Amino acid sequence: MQDLTEALVELIRRTSSDLPADVEDALKQAREREADGSAAQGALDTILENVVMARRDSTPICQDTGTPIFYVHYPPGWSTRELKDQIRAAIAEATRRTYLRPNAVDSVSGKNSGNNLGDEAFPTIHFDEIEGHELSIDLMLKGGGCENVGAQYALPDSRVGAGRDLEGVRKVVLDAVHNAQGKGCAPGVLGVAIGGDRGSSYARSKETLFQPLGESQGDPELAQLETRLTKECNQLGIGPMGFGGETTVLDVKIESMHRLPASFFVSVSYMCWAHRRHRMTVQGDEVHYQ
Amino acid sequence: MNKVNLPIDDKVIRALKVGDSIFLSGVMLTGRDTVHKWMIDTFIRKQRQPEGDDQEVYEAILPLLEGGAIYHCGPVVAGLESGEYRFTAAGPTTSIREEPYQSEVMHHFKIKAVIGKGGMGPKTLDACKEVPGVYLHAIGGAASLIAQSVQRVIGVHKLDFGVPEAMWVIEVKDFPAVVTMDSHGGSLHEEVEKQSSQQLQAFLKA
Repeated sequence: MQDLTEALVELIRRTSSDLPADVEDALKQAREREADGSAAQGALDTILENVVMARRDSTPICQDTGTPIFYVHYPPGWSTRELKDQIRAAIAEATRRTYLRPNAVDSVSGKNSGNNLGDEAFPTIHFDEIEGHELSIDLMLKGGGCENVGAQYALPDSRVGAGRDLEGVRKVVLDAVHNAQGKGCAPGVLGVAIGGDRGSSYARSKETLFQPLGESQGDPELAQLETRLTKECNQLGIGPMGFGGETTVLDVKIESMHRLPASFFVSVSYMCWAHRRHRMTVQGDEVHYQ
Repeated sequence: MNKVNLPIDDKVIRALKVGDSIFLSGVMLTGRDTVHKWMIDTFIRKQRQPEGDDQEVYEAILPLLEGGAIYHCGPVVAGLESGEYRFTAAGPTTSIREEPYQSEVMHHFKIKAVIGKGGMGPKTLDACKEVPGVYLHAIGGAASLIAQSVQRVIGVHKLDFGVPEAMWVIEVKDFPAVVTMDSHGGSLHEEVEKQSSQQLQAFLKA
């Protein structure tokens, strides 16, 4: 099997330092909506300047380079064990080159491992066997500030008057965004999963964040809710960094899963404006980045 | 735009108001979750005895913090192998996690400026009135840009806490920040929370 370690280091470098075009465009549009001279506009100007600088210098967009979350889609013939070893080696090397901050802390001793390698779950790697001949690896870097403001609700939730329907989903998502205020580095992107169990629901809410911004996929009812929630979250007026303003979220992505009769979970993963995600594909000897 | 130098005297602090954009210059210290807990447990509430280099570090940071600034930041640092440290990314971390500690830490060390993101709560706001001090909001995620304002890394304490959690002594020039909590009881975070809460209630009834 070929050694992808160096190609993976490059995937990490790009993900840490090169904000995807759809996110940068959404931030530029948000900048235009803010009042001239406002703190919100100032924040977005700084953010956009930082994006350019990080890309130019190959430095991290944000110092919290987050939890590295990999999704590996592999055709038959690849060894997941070897891929995992290569990913772990690439993470350690990217940390040495300061594309990543050492982020793996032992929860009992408090010791930072220094190389971003923790136990089996750090970094997080999902494997999925697919048909065809092309290997693809998606990487998302999710910072701790925004991860901390994520929320999971079990419906019905009488505190916000949310029943077991899409109207209830709408209410808890608005509640989550209100509770987050600016602490998740607004303007963020929301990944919402309806259904599943507690674990699968949170996992799916993160997976929705791989979708491109500004495009709706799947169910038309959910697409309608996404549009409505984007508008209403912004009407909360929390604004960039929580300074007050017109843009609190750049987009909302919602997916639904089957659930047990007894459970109705809604999971909200909040992604900060530094929405770092990239993909590499491998076919034969050729490696491409998107 | 106001230029503010560290250490800051009370007259300057009292003149700063919510909404002011400032550029900060001078020597400051980074300190976040582990540092605040260490300060509180070892030297403020004294729930544990100083051990190892605790006392030595405490005495070294006292003069840096008096009239000075603590920055909630876990940087990306180059030069770890050579010891020629350089910040490559150094934006703020979320400050609210230090809310249980910040007021006592400000009083104990006479800290005039707390720098972070996301704002802090009523205990810290009270400390800003009493000490007096201000909360300065840096732009979250703007890590490469902020790192450019770090002129030099003077030293580091408690590197065994890990790179993000250590106390880095840095000299900054024109570090950009916005005053979001002032020494007169003003808090932009309180205002935005209140307004957005009213809007949320309207949406929940709709």
